[in-house]
Parts: sequence; C-alpha cells; structure tokens
Amino acid sequence: MITTFAAALNVGLRRAMEDDAKVVLLGEDIGRLGGVFRVTDTLQKDFGEHRVIDTPLAESGIVGTAFGMALRGYRPVVEIQFDGFVYPAFDQIVSQVAKIHNRTAGKVKAPLTIRIPFGGGIGAVEHHSESPEVYFAHTAGLRVVSPSTPADAYSMIRQAISLDDPVIFFEPKRRYWDKADVDFEGEPDLPLHKARVRTRGADATVVAYGGTVATALTAAKIAAEEGHSLEVIDLRSLSPIDVDTIAESVDKTGRLVIVHEAPVFAGLGAEIAARVTERCFYHLEAPVLRVGGYDIPYPPAKLEKHHLPDPDRILAAVDRCLAA
Amino acid sequence: MSQQQTYPVQLVQPDGRRVLDKEHGALVADVDAGRLRQLYRDMVITRRIDVEATALQRQGQLGLWPPLLGQEAAQVGSAHALHPDDYVFCSYRETAVAYCRGVPPEQLTALWRGVSHHCWDPDEVKMTNANIVVGSQGLHATGYAFAAHLDGADIATIAYFGDGATSQGDLAEALGFAAAWSAPVVFFCQNNQWAISEPVSVQSHVPLVRRADGYGIPGVQVDGNDVLAVLAVTRRAVERARTGAGPTFIEAMTYRMGPHTTADDPTRYRTAADTEFWAQRDPIERVRLLLDREGDLSPEFVQQVTGEADEVARRLRTATIEMPDPDPVRMFDNVYATEHPLMTEERQQLSAHLAEGAQS
Ligand SMILES: Cc1ncc(C[n+]2csc(CCOP(=O)(O)OP(=O)(O)O)c2C)c(N)n1
Repeated sequence: MITTFAAALNVGLRRAMEDDAKVVLLGEDIGRLGGVFRVTDTLQKDFGEHRVIDTPLAESGIVGTAFGMALRGYRPVVEIQFDGFVYPAFDQIVSQVAKIHNRTAGKVKAPLTIRIPFGGGIGAVEHHSESPEVYFAHTAGLRVVSPSTPADAYSMIRQAISLDDPVIFFEPKRRYWDKADVDFEGEPDLPLHKARVRTRGADATVVAYGGTVATALTAAKIAAEEGHSLEVIDLRSLSPIDVDTIAESVDKTGRLVIVHEAPVFAGLGAEIAARVTERCFYHLEAPVLRVGGYDIPYPPAKLEKHHLPDPDRILAAVDRCLAA
Repeated sequence: MSQQQTYPVQLVQPDGRRVLDKEHGALVADVDAGRLRQLYRDMVITRRIDVEATALQRQGQLGLWPPLLGQEAAQVGSAHALHPDDYVFCSYRETAVAYCRGVPPEQLTALWRGVSHHCWDPDEVKMTNANIVVGSQGLHATGYAFAAHLDGADIATIAYFGDGATSQGDLAEALGFAAAWSAPVVFFCQNNQWAISEPVSVQSHVPLVRRADGYGIPGVQVDGNDVLAVLAVTRRAVERARTGAGPTFIEAMTYRMGPHTTADDPTRYRTAADTEFWAQRDPIERVRLLLDREGDLSPEFVQQVTGEADEVARRLRTATIEMPDPDPVRMFDNVYATEHPLMTEERQQLSAHLAEGAQS
C-alpha cells in the first residue's frame, strides 16, 4: 500500500495497540489533534482517552509517569512533540529509564518507546530542528534508532514497542510526508539493530541515517551519472551500530563517507569512523570522511540549506576520497 | 497572604459599564479619559500588527506566526503597569507587550521570517527575545529579580507564560525559589484556555491561581479581557515587588481567538460556539463601549487610531518583505563570545564551498 511515513507510523501504533492492551500512548496534543504531525491521528477516537493520553505540558512528567506505568507492566509509547523539548525529560531518560534494568540486577524492565520527531529541513523556528541523538547514544541502557522510509517506520516502530528495552525512536520530520509502498502484513525483514544496504556500489561507501539517507541516495544517483557507483547504507540503529554491515561494504569499496545532519564534532560519525578504521584498516584506501551539520546552534530557517548536508557536499567528500 | 480570590477582578463589564470595586478601582483612579484612550490605541494597533503578521505568514513572507488575537487587554494592560527599568521575561506570544516596551514594529518579525534567532536588543527595551521552550523563563525572571534585589535596585521583573506552561517543572521550581528568596518577580499567566489542542482542564483541576498558594505566594485572578482590571492588579503586583514585599502570581482569564500558531488548525479540537462566547467579550470592544458610554470617544479619534494602526502595519509589512536573507557565513558569528579555532575553520570551509558554487 502506498503510504506516507507519518501514516505508516500511525498504522504501526494502531497494530501494536490492537495486539497488546498494555500499549498506551502518552504525549502533548496526541489525542483529538492527532499530534502536531498527525502521527496519532484517530487513535484516541478508536482506543479511548485512557490509551491515547493527552498529558499536561510537561516532558519530565510525561517520561517519568510513562516509566512508572512501565514498572506496572504497561508498554508506554511517548511522543515528545519536537526534538528541542526532550531536554526537560533528559534526567528521567538517562538517570532513571536507562539505568533501571542494570540497577535492579535485571529484575525490572522499562519497555518504553520514546518517539521524537528530529532534525531540520522544514523551515521551523528555534528548538524545532535539533539532532540530539548522540546524547542518548552515549547513554548505556538505551537503544537509539531512526527509520528513514515509510516501510522501516512501520516495521521499526513495531519492533521498538515489542522490545523489552527502552528505545529512543527518532523520526526524521522532513520525511513525514514521503510516500512509498509499505507491506503492512509482512514481518520485519531485518532485526532492529541491523543497517540496510540501500544501493550497491563499488567505488565508495556512504553511511547515512534519518533525514540524510534520501540526500545520500540522490548523491549516489548523480555520482552514477558521473561514472562512480556508491554503496549507500542506511544505518537505522544508532545504538548499537551495525559495524559488520558497514565493514563488509568498506572492505569492498575501500572508502567511507559518513553523513549526518547533527554537528560533526563528537557526532555519531566519529564513532563510526573509529570503529571502521579499526576493523578495515588494511582495506581503507583513503581517510574516512564525515559530512554533517556545522558545529553551531541550528541556524535560522533561511540558512538551513547551507547547514544541512546536500548532495553537493556529499559528492565533494566522495571526490576527496576517490582522489586519495 | 492575600485573601483567597473567588472571582476574577473586573472593573469594566463586557458592555462597557463600570464595576464598583473600590479596592481595585483605586489602583487605576489616575486613569482618565486620555489615558484610557491610550490603552485603547495600543490595543487597536497591536491587533493590527497581529492581523498583518498573520497575513504576511499566509502570503509566505513569514514561516510562522503566533497570533495574540483576543489577548490584547492582558498584554497591553500588564505592560502599562511596568516601569521602563523593570525587566520582562516573555514567551513567544507577547507581541503587544513588546510593542508597549517600545520595540519598533520593524523589529517584530525577524525570528518568524527565519532570518535570525532574535528580533530586538533585549537590554534596549528591557525585554527578552521570544522563549520557545515553554516555562523556562519563570526561573530566569526569578534569578534576575533576585540579582537586582542583591544589587539594591528597586525594580521588578515579570514572567509571561501560558496556562500550559504551569505544568512544567521549571515553573513550579520558579515559584519555590521566588517565595524562598522573596524575589521581586511577577508571574503573569495568560490563561487563554488552550495549550495548542489541550484545554486548561488537562493542566489543572483547580484554578491556576491557586498554584501560588502552595508556595505562599499571593495570587490574583483577573478578567484578562478587561484592560483596566489587568492594569490595576499588575500595578499592585509590580509595586509589591519593587518595594520588597515579594512575588505575586496573576492569572489573567482570557481566550486565544485564533489558532495556536499559523500552523495550527483549531477546528480539530474546539467548537465555534466556544469561540463565539469569547468573541462577545472582546477586549477592544469593551474599552470602546466604555469610552463611548462616558462620552470620551470621538469619530475623529477612532479614525486617527485606525490611521495610525494602518501606518504601523505598513511599516511592519515593508520591513518584513525587505528583510534580506542573512549571509550564510554569519552562522558562525556569536556562537561563542570568544571565537575559537573550530568556528574559524568551519567559516573558511563554508566560504570556500560557496565560492566554488559561485564559480561553477
Ligand atoms: C518544553 C516545551 N514543550 C513543548 C513545546 C511545544 N509547544 C509550544 S507552545 C505549546 C503550548 C503552550 O501552551 P500555553 O503554555 O498555554 O501557552 P499559549 O501557547 O497558549 O500562549 C506547546 C506544547 C514547547 N514549546 N516547549
């Protein structure tokens, strides 16, 4: 079925709620409004106000109470309205949610899914275009994932909800309106922690995730016209990272460019680069390069096109590796 | 501690008749016809600014706009109670407060056009730029007020926030700090009944003003569509703060007539009847009726104010449309007060990239 990214998530949430009465949704404006991106549209009408819960405007409260519900056997799915508003909940997420399993010697689980629309590209105001993924990836006890296609949005939200660990689920908001064919009947074709090879290529590997995967694919198309074949990998899981899939590709191509829109400094690209360098040292023909956002607060909307990696900047990096 | 207020303070009824309330009336006894016309004028102009900005958004000149339509009395009334040296901590909807603080209309839209993260120089008008993270400014106002107190300055601060914001931990913490420090801060809640799609009942099962009680802070609920009543209670709160008597919490009962922002669709969550009820309590119409009733409103004056409002709107429009896109390399400016090598390096990278693009 041809569906948007947002609608695919909506179906995923609906199916999860149908399958398990313990799945509840919490967030601001997720009920009658259906969320500001309409991801939860119609769910409150169909499941009632006790399963699709419009909460007070308090992120620490949302995550903290969802955590409490999880302790009682529920499987809460939290919506944080925008990336920039997860910080009030940061303490609950990193101090409580992430650590409970370890702190209780495995007795207590926190099967929470925290959905966060993230990243830029929609011309928003301050605090609405952030990429906070590394703060969470850096915290042991959390799984961090980000689908980039409607099909993965559907399968990964289902997997995230059924996982017994807390999952930070980053939704690239500029992809909400992307459309693609989604098989709502099939089982997920990949485990949640695996990366997906999106295009096969021999000259260089490009790893991206979230909003920049589509950008990397565009770059690969342009490269193909210029006679270079790029292997594009959609990382999907940001913690843990599927180093095997990337290393296998780099062993073949000898070149790696990592793309993300988060600031490059101390970003996920650094982690990938270090691990791949360790694993593929003798296969690498060029230094691993990173293309990302600048190390600045997300700029005003009129400048975001300069901040976000575009095909041009990706291709410039590819050219640099190919020249090495 | 103040007496528990059981009804909102009101000095003018929706039909323009005065309410006999000696206690609060005395606080605005100096407001003569001339001063009342000034309040009327500022409300008309700020509504005109708001309508113009909304139109500019619809025409693609602004990325977003948060309308204040319906909240003019709460904003203009409270802003008129402030001294020029008091400091305002706002959220994102306080356009009328900004106008009353002396922000030129030309400077109201940069943030919403996406050319800058700020609109005006905060220290010039003693008012912060928009705070988008809901509720955090309550703490800032408290800290600033306490610091001013330590400095021996006789000023007040005021924190503007919405009904939804009262659910944030930051605001609870702000009330606790303000009380403990007896900080000269006024908490001004514009209860416009909605936090995007959520009615105030999602935030609280008691009147918001009662939150203050638990912290030992006096609270007062005021008819937020009555500019005189808002002026009166805010004056008293500011005076309390300035004279060292500590914080006050004001809940101004008002209504957001438009959408939350231009990206919002209120028909999904509220009824036309609800909006109609509040339309009957329009804050500008109320002052017009009062002035009219008391023989202080001439057609010439109304016309003059309309003319002024049109002129302000014209300035806003021209300035907005003419705002150029910023130079991309300016992204690296002001990230740090003291530039460091990474910024220098990335600025050079972007410059080089742009130059390459210009060549090809
Ligand atoms: C911490 C935080 N969470 C969520 C948001 C998203 N958001 C922006 S405005 C808003 C509603 C605010 O309602 P209220 O405090 O009543 O103020 P109003 O907009 O009605 O003036 C929400 C949920 C935000 N800006 N900040």
